[in-house]
Amino acid sequence: MSEPILTLTDVVVAFDALRAVDGVSLIVPRGQRRAIIGPNGAGKTTLFNAIAGAHPPTLGKIRFNGHDVSRLPPHRRAQLGISRTFQITNLFPTLSVQDNMMLALRGLKPKKFSLFGSPDPDDSEVTRIAAALNAARIAERADIIVKEMSYGEQRQLEIAIALVTTPTMLLLDEPAAGLSPSERSMIAEVIRSLDPAITVILIEHDMDLALGLVDYVTCMFEGRVLVEEPPEGIRRNKQVQEVYLGKPRHA
Amino acid sequence: MTQPVSKTSVLAGMTSRALVITGLVVIVAACLPMVLSSYQVGLATEVLIFGVLAMSIDILAGFAGRTSLGHGAIFGVSTYVVVYATGQAGLSPWAGFALGVLAATAVASIFALLAVRTSGVYFLLLTLALGMIVWGVCLRWTQVTGGENGMRADVRPAALMSHSAFYWAVLAGAVIVSFAMWRFVRSPFGLTLRGIRDSESRMRSLGYNVPLHLFIGFTVSGIFAGIAGGLYAMFNNFVSPSTVALAQSVEGVLMMIAGGVGTLFGAFVGAAAIIVLENIVSSYTERWLMVLGITFVLIMIFAPEGIIGKLRAITSRKVR
Repeated sequence: MSEPILTLTDVVVAFDALRAVDGVSLIVPRGQRRAIIGPNGAGKTTLFNAIAGAHPPTLGKIRFNGHDVSRLPPHRRAQLGISRTFQITNLFPTLSVQDNMMLALRGLKPKKFSLFGSPDPDDSEVTRIAAALNAARIAERADIIVKEMSYGEQRQLEIAIALVTTPTMLLLDEPAAGLSPSERSMIAEVIRSLDPAITVILIEHDMDLALGLVDYVTCMFEGRVLVEEPPEGIRRNKQVQEVYLGKPRHA
Repeated sequence: MTQPVSKTSVLAGMTSRALVITGLVVIVAACLPMVLSSYQVGLATEVLIFGVLAMSIDILAGFAGRTSLGHGAIFGVSTYVVVYATGQAGLSPWAGFALGVLAATAVASIFALLAVRTSGVYFLLLTLALGMIVWGVCLRWTQVTGGENGMRADVRPAALMSHSAFYWAVLAGAVIVSFAMWRFVRSPFGLTLRGIRDSESRMRSLGYNVPLHLFIGFTVSGIFAGIAGGLYAMFNNFVSPSTVALAQSVEGVLMMIAGGVGTLFGAFVGAAAIIVLENIVSSYTERWLMVLGITFVLIMIFAPEGIIGKLRAITSRKVR
């Protein structure tokens, strides 16, 4: 097997005395679909922020694709191929879907500094935007202003934006949060049909959705890794059931 | 994908409808000196100059979501440098003008370095404070700036001595500069400013260096404010600390708001409204400032999106 795409070594993210992430080590092989589960406050999103660079780790090392990214700012990590979606929808609400995609696409290109250039996308941009919108199943919505879309469509656009840069690794932070069951299965379908070359790490509360999508599961609790197992094992794991449902009480 | 035919660019990305409207407006504006008195032509010239200043503020306020209260100072620095260079240093008006714009750009880039990491009310206060520093320097550095008395110099080139000729020259300049600003806010770079306005955190995670983009946006906006300041030097042949004072920045911001934040060309409408109001009302009553204040309150209540913003909203409703 080739070198893992992502290696975390004893990563700590502390907010003053609170250690939201407390010594997490993680190895994710290239192309894996990985879920990070755990109860509220387990440190899942903080761990994502450490990987994507929004909150660099207080201690510990993060290696991505052969680079030490522990201290890099988010935009440098994005340049290396880390792309993420946000738990709370984070789009450009007053711009059209097309403009959202254009911003996503040009983030890593010198064209973003074209001060007086034409606003229209060139042919290769048109193709890539169409491909990403297709993958997220919102191809026909390109001219809509984002704030006029339904919440489910905005979640799909989140994924399309993360995809258009052709990332090496995609971090999905609760992609299906707040969606109706039919919208959830749509999101699951979108994630399932992603290019297998992309490494996907997924935070999800809905166990059924998460376990149906991934090869391997990391369960976090109180800032630490509790269990790492394939999905079949996780369903039966006593410790996982305890942190989600509470310890069984013996009379 | 289907592309409507009328959408194809006729001239540098303008639709044929926009081209016709722009053409008509420019022709009407060019005919004004034939019907107006020379005093009124002077007012019209002032409207164009302050319209450019208000537009340069709109680049930041309407597109990057950062309202600057320091642009009057950037504008005034250019005016000071142009007057000094032609009067004291004996340079030609054109060389003075170039130096003025250059100085304004330099000042804007210093402002930008300090202000780009802030937003909202902090950006407002920081740019206000920086503008006050410039005002303080102009007031105290008496040997160079003439202190409170200001400086006088014959800046206007001989060919543009008549009111109409100068008006036409400013009109041509304003058209070129407006076109440049319009291209700027629509460009791929302009889109990044709108992205920053909507979500900085998303921009960062997409790979944008947000402070760098704001720095460039602020500096370019300063170039345009500097051009307006240089034109003002030629218009007035005189400069004093009131040209760089806070009131100047505030007036520019109010013109932009009255016209419509983010509408760009609304700046000219806002400038016209305020300058005409100031000059007409002040000839009838000493309490013209009160009338101006009431007008603003009314605009904010009935057209918070500004005059042009309101008109756009009405017309687009009719089309639907």
